[in-house]
Parts: sequence; structure tokens; C-alpha cells
Amino acid sequence: MAEDADRESDPQHHDERCGRRPKGRNHDEKGLQGSPSIIRAMSEAHQEAVAPASLDELGAGLGGAGYLASEPATLVSFLAYKLGKPVLVEGPAGVGKTELAKALSRYGERRLVRLQCYEGLDEAKALYEWNYRKQLLRIQTEAAGTSWDDVQEDIFSPAFLMERPLMAAISAKDPVVLLIDEIDKTDQEFEAMLLEVLSDFQISIPELGVVEARTRPLVILTSNNTRELTEALKRRCLYLWLDYPEIERELEIVSLHVPELPETISRRLIEVVHMVRGLDLKKPPSIAESIDWARALIVLGAEDIDKAVFERTMSIIVKHRTDLDVVAERVGVRLAEDVLGRAESR
Amino acid sequence: MSEASADRTPERKGIYGGLPDPVAPGLAPQLLRFCDELRREGLKVGTAELLDAFHALREISWTDREDFREVLAATLAKSQEDRRLFEALFDRFFFNAVEAQVVERGLKEERFQGGDRIDLEDLKAQIQDAIRQGRDGDMADLARLAVAAFGRQGESSGVIGVDVQRIRRTLELRQQSSQSQLEPDQEGLDRENLRRFEGMLRGELERALIQRTQSLPPARPLAELDRALPTGPLQDLAQVHRVVAQMKRRLATRGHEARGRRRSQVVDVRRTMRASLETGGVPLRLKYRPKRPRRPEIYVLCDVSTSVTSASVFFLSVLHALHDAFRKLRSFAFVERIDEVTEIFERERTFRAISERIAREAGVSDVSGYTDYGRVWLEFAGRVGDDLDPRSTVIVLGDARTNGREPHAEMFGRISKLAGRMFWLNPEPRLYWNYGDSVMAAYEPYCNGVFECWTTKQLEQFVNVVAGRPEEPVASTLRALRGRTG
Repeated sequence: MAEDADRESDPQHHDERCGRRPKGRNHDEKGLQGSPSIIRAMSEAHQEAVAPASLDELGAGLGGAGYLASEPATLVSFLAYKLGKPVLVEGPAGVGKTELAKALSRYGERRLVRLQCYEGLDEAKALYEWNYRKQLLRIQTEAAGTSWDDVQEDIFSPAFLMERPLMAAISAKDPVVLLIDEIDKTDQEFEAMLLEVLSDFQISIPELGVVEARTRPLVILTSNNTRELTEALKRRCLYLWLDYPEIERELEIVSLHVPELPETISRRLIEVVHMVRGLDLKKPPSIAESIDWARALIVLGAEDIDKAVFERTMSIIVKHRTDLDVVAERVGVRLAEDVLGRAESR
Repeated sequence: MSEASADRTPERKGIYGGLPDPVAPGLAPQLLRFCDELRREGLKVGTAELLDAFHALREISWTDREDFREVLAATLAKSQEDRRLFEALFDRFFFNAVEAQVVERGLKEERFQGGDRIDLEDLKAQIQDAIRQGRDGDMADLARLAVAAFGRQGESSGVIGVDVQRIRRTLELRQQSSQSQLEPDQEGLDRENLRRFEGMLRGELERALIQRTQSLPPARPLAELDRALPTGPLQDLAQVHRVVAQMKRRLATRGHEARGRRRSQVVDVRRTMRASLETGGVPLRLKYRPKRPRRPEIYVLCDVSTSVTSASVFFLSVLHALHDAFRKLRSFAFVERIDEVTEIFERERTFRAISERIAREAGVSDVSGYTDYGRVWLEFAGRVGDDLDPRSTVIVLGDARTNGREPHAEMFGRISKLAGRMFWLNPEPRLYWNYGDSVMAAYEPYCNGVFECWTTKQLEQFVNVVAGRPEEPVASTLRALRGRTG
């Protein structure tokens, strides 16, 4: 107990526990002392971080971070900054949902904390976990002569806590971008657990108390729409639907990433990619694949996309055997006709 | 709000659809009303969403229509489906809100009067040009001109859809055929732009009509718009696959909802023990066996007689698109006789080719060309009766109209006994069953479930049942049915 009193008065220690509210048996004794520590510097931190003043500024900033955002994407990100609400981004695979979060992190100079969701992801992997082994060691080394109270006090302290992404995002000193990727891959219980984090930006640890955010993270959730998310989760989020970009925008994106490719070829490339997306495929090509293809064309030194070049390289954008057949048949023929047509017109 | 409206002038009911009750001026009441309309369309807009919308509107300027709409969409419409409804409703609502104000305040617009001086040929060329280029502003202006030019001829039929088509015909606006999507050929116009132009024409005509009748069009519900199954027999399979894509993703994650019910799970001892090594041999956490989704063997029998062709071809192609959800899928087509068509569906990719090949190669019709269910059961039992076992599921798609022939229900019962489960999908609404030559009642007792199936939603529910994730309403009907048949 003497040690405890020391801790509370020790300013350094006080700092470290800032934001953690003692709870349970000790709460009565220390309640009055402990409560000031709950006051967080959230408002200050909010001003410190780079925050966009206007829509155009954010759009330009994201462009500077290598992400050409569509207007809705810019607008919703802007609202996320202003309202401090999480954003749920949905859309087909490969339209840049994850990339948006990364760009926001680069733009705002915030650290990116990423939680990749998968089937069976649970609290222990997402929030925090007690370091059982360390706790066991502690109990064993001090087994003789210490009272249960002291041991319990010790083993459920921050030193034995292993932070997982959500916890890390919440307790970070500087504001971060929290990316919860492919939330639709988890199950509904996990979603329910997220609710506390997303609406109040806090995490309750039964043994320790409530950890509240010192700074408000910018939260991006992505979903491929494989299942319907719960209403409760959607209610707490802003919604953004990202689709494949239009030809002009995708052209800009490709020339941003592969500036060496001449504009005529990249336009042709994007046209072909759009044509391929229009077909009935198992997996339509993503933006990243357009970029890969552009890079491949440079490596190959191709000067035009004709049938031969297309057939050699189409495995970069089409990755399913049955899709390959369809594309070769429909697009290959079209390209051949095209070349003929252009030759005639010359 | 109601008090305010009571104070005002007695209700003016127009002949068209009437005016809405006036609301207090300002954005907030209008937004509330908009949310009301969204709710009526089935969007789940709660107070939280509404508050978000107001907070968000504080952060942007309202001068940009796009921004305004995006802000509302981001806060109110939270799925793609919702978004689609939202956009349709947004346009209608704010168009109507503006027009209501115009009528309310008795504003008259100086309408373009020189309609008779317009050179039609010139206009035609300009419009085609504008559509080809896709310039929004020009298209809107030209839509006004076109409406004015037609107004003078007194050709208005009073029905907006008819008028739009008439104007479009006169202007000779043809859309390019779907075959030549790659290069915009000289003849046709871009489908998307043409659609936008039609929308503008519609808006202009509506505005004129509102001014003439002094009332707004009646609000029609939107939600059920295009939710029925695509039925055109010559439709592209691509469209079917888009319908299926969503269903497929849902099926792929099926079973996740069930994971919460821990009591029905089996502990995996080996994994639990291995995990306990981390904690000094104390099994702190139990590991469970993952649940495997059920992957049934499926036999589909499809009536392809003329009365149900389109529905059955659609249905079969859906099942084939879902192929990886099933362990084994064999499909059969029948009219008078039955034949296996699994291979045709694996090869062909368009409805047209499939229908043609079924007609050409499958021996499904004999003399009369009318469905003969009784004979079909006899043949089916003879051909695959030995392959059926308790793990197999038989699905019949047909209208159960026997054309007065012997239904052979006892044979159907025998097939049902051999197979594990038997389902019947009827593309007719339940109301029509057992009328005329429909003998649904004779077969129903032998089925584990009978469903009407003419919308994608019904189809999805059904696929869920087959693939082993019972959705609540269907599950209960199934239980009830099982109880009845004992």
C-alpha cells in the first residue's frame, strides 16, 4: 500500500497512467485522487495535428500524398476530420479503399495503425491481451512470502498488458489513423465489441478500468461487402462507396504512378482495362493491376497495345483461367479489328 | 408543424397529385420531411443519422449541389442499395420541394415562346452533338428547347413517359447497340448520356405539367422498382452474374452468424492442449472445431416448356454461377421427357446459346411439346434413381401444370424417399397454384419445402436454405412443413 501511495504522488508515474481510470476495489480508496487523471488533452491534441481547413486543401493534400481522391472520397474524409466519426468504405476489391487510409496517414503525418480482420479474429488479437507467461513467472518468482493482494495488484498492471492494434490506436500519444481492414471478414460479435471503441473511443479492461483515447484517431473501416454489417455499426459511421474510377481519373492515377509511360499508350491501356471490366468476369482487374500492367509495358518496351502485346501480358490484369479465355476471345478479337481499322484509315 | 399548416389556407388539392402540406420555412423541416420519405422507402434513418447530417452540413458550403448531396448520402444512406434509393429520392424530393415553393408563391416563369421558329433539323443536329460530347449544361438547355418545340405542336399526351419517347423518336436519337461498346460508332449515341438527356426531358416536361396543373406529381414508392427476376430469355448472362455476385459473397461467409452459439460447438482437444502450453499447461482458452458449411449434392430438374422458360433458364444459370457452393451439381431439363444439360451450362455463356443448345441437343420434347410431369418422374427415377442417396438434394423448378396428364405423384414420392431433401420452386405466385391444370397440391406433401420464386430475394432465401444457413422465416416454414408431412 505504501508503494501505491508513492505511485500516485510520483508525477512521472502519474503521467503514464494518465487516461487509465482505476476501477474496482481500489477505486473507493483512490477515487478522489484518481479522477483528475481522467482529464485528457484531447482538444489540445486535436489542434496540434494537421487538419484540413477546406475541402480543396484536403483534396490537394491527398494528391500530394499520392492519392487522387474522387470528390465523394475527399468530402467524406473531410467530414471524418471535422466530425471525428469513423468512415465505413465499401466497394469492389482493388479500388483503393485501403490506400485511402494510407494516404490520409501520410497527409496528416499520423501513424497508421492497421488491424487486418480475418475469420475468428477475437479481442485478444485486436484489443489487448494479458501476458500470461509473464504473469505466471511473476507469481512463481514471488510465490513465497507475498500476500495475494500484492500479487494481484502487480500482475494486472499495465506492465503485463500486451497492446494490440485497437488499444495502440486508442492510447497513442499522437493522433493516428486507425485502419480496420475488411471488417466484413469478422463475425458479428467482434463488430459488437468494436462499438465501444468507435463511438466513445474507449476500451474497458475489467481488471484495470477504462482506457480512454488521449487523441481522437481517424478511423477508416473497409468492407468488401461479403456480408451485411450490423445496423449498430453502420449507425456510428459515415458511409463511402468507392467504385472503379472513370477513364480520366484512372488515367491520372496511372500517370501519377507510372509517369514514364506515354500518354497515348496509357490511355489505350485504361480503355482496354475498362473494356475488360465490362465483361462478365470472376475477378475484374483492379487499379493496382492497371498500374502493374503499365509498368510491365515499360519493361517490355511496348509501343502500342495490339493483339500480340495484349496476349502476352494479359495475365497481369486477368487472373482466372476461365476469365482468360473470355478476355482473349472478346478483347483479343476486338483489338485485332481495331488495328486493322486504324491501318485502313491511315 | 400540423398547427402551422392548419393556420394557413385551406388545403388546395390539385388534380395531378396535390401539394404537400406546407412546412415551416428553412432547411431543417425540409430535411426532416426528406428523412421521412427515406424511411418510407425502407431506409433505416435514425435520430443519430439525422444529427450527423446536420453536424456535417455545418462543415460544408451548401452552394454546391454535389457536395450537399454527398454529405447527406454519406450520413443517411449506408449501403449501396440504400444509396441507389437515396439518389432517386433525392432528385425527386428536392425537385418537388422547389416546385412546390414556386407554386406556393405563385411564381411564373417566362417560358420560352419562340418554339415555332426553331429549325427542327438544326436542333436535331445540336442535340445529337451535345449528347455525343456529354456536355451537361448544353443538354439541359437543349432539352428545354426540345420541349418548347414540341409544346407548340400541341402534341403533349399528358403522360410524361409517352412524351419523352415521342420526342426521342422525332429527334432520331438512337442508342448504340450493345455489341459495339468499344468505339462509339457514328450511328448510335452513348447509352449513359442518352439516359441523362431523357432524364432532363422528363424533368422539363414535369415542370411544365406542374405549372399547368398547380400541383405536384403523386409520390410513388420506389423500393420495389427493378427487384423482380430478370426474365428476358435473351438477356446477357453478365447481368445474371451481377445479381449472383452479391448472393455468392453472402453464401461464402454463411455460417458466421451461427458461431456465437458456443454451446453447439465441439471442443478441439488437440488444439486446446497445444494452446495451453503457452500458459504452463493450464487450458485457459478452449479451441473449437470450425464449423464446415454444408455442401450438398444437387440435382436440379427444370421445366423448359414455353410457359416457364425464361425463369428456369435464369434459375439454372444462377445455380451454375453458384457452382462452388455445392459439391456436385447436375442439371436436367424437361418438357415431355427429361435430359441432362449440365455440360451445356458449363460451356455456354449467354442465354441465347443455352436456349438454342437445349432446344437442339437435349431430347426434351417428343410429340406434343407439352409438359408431362408424370413421364418425367418415371424417366428421372430410371436414369438417376441409383445415384440418389440421403445426402442428395433434388430441386424441381416448374409450374406443376400437367396439361391434364397423369401426375404420377407416387413416383414423385419414391424419388423423394431416395433423396435426402426435395424442394419445389414455382415461378408462379402462390395465388395461382392449384388453379386450372396446376397440381401443386399433389406434389407438395412429398417436398421438404415449396417456394414461390420470382424475385431475386426469394431466390436468395432459397439458396440459403439449400446451402444450409436457414434464414428465420424460411426455416420456420420448413419446420412447419416437416411437422405436417411427418
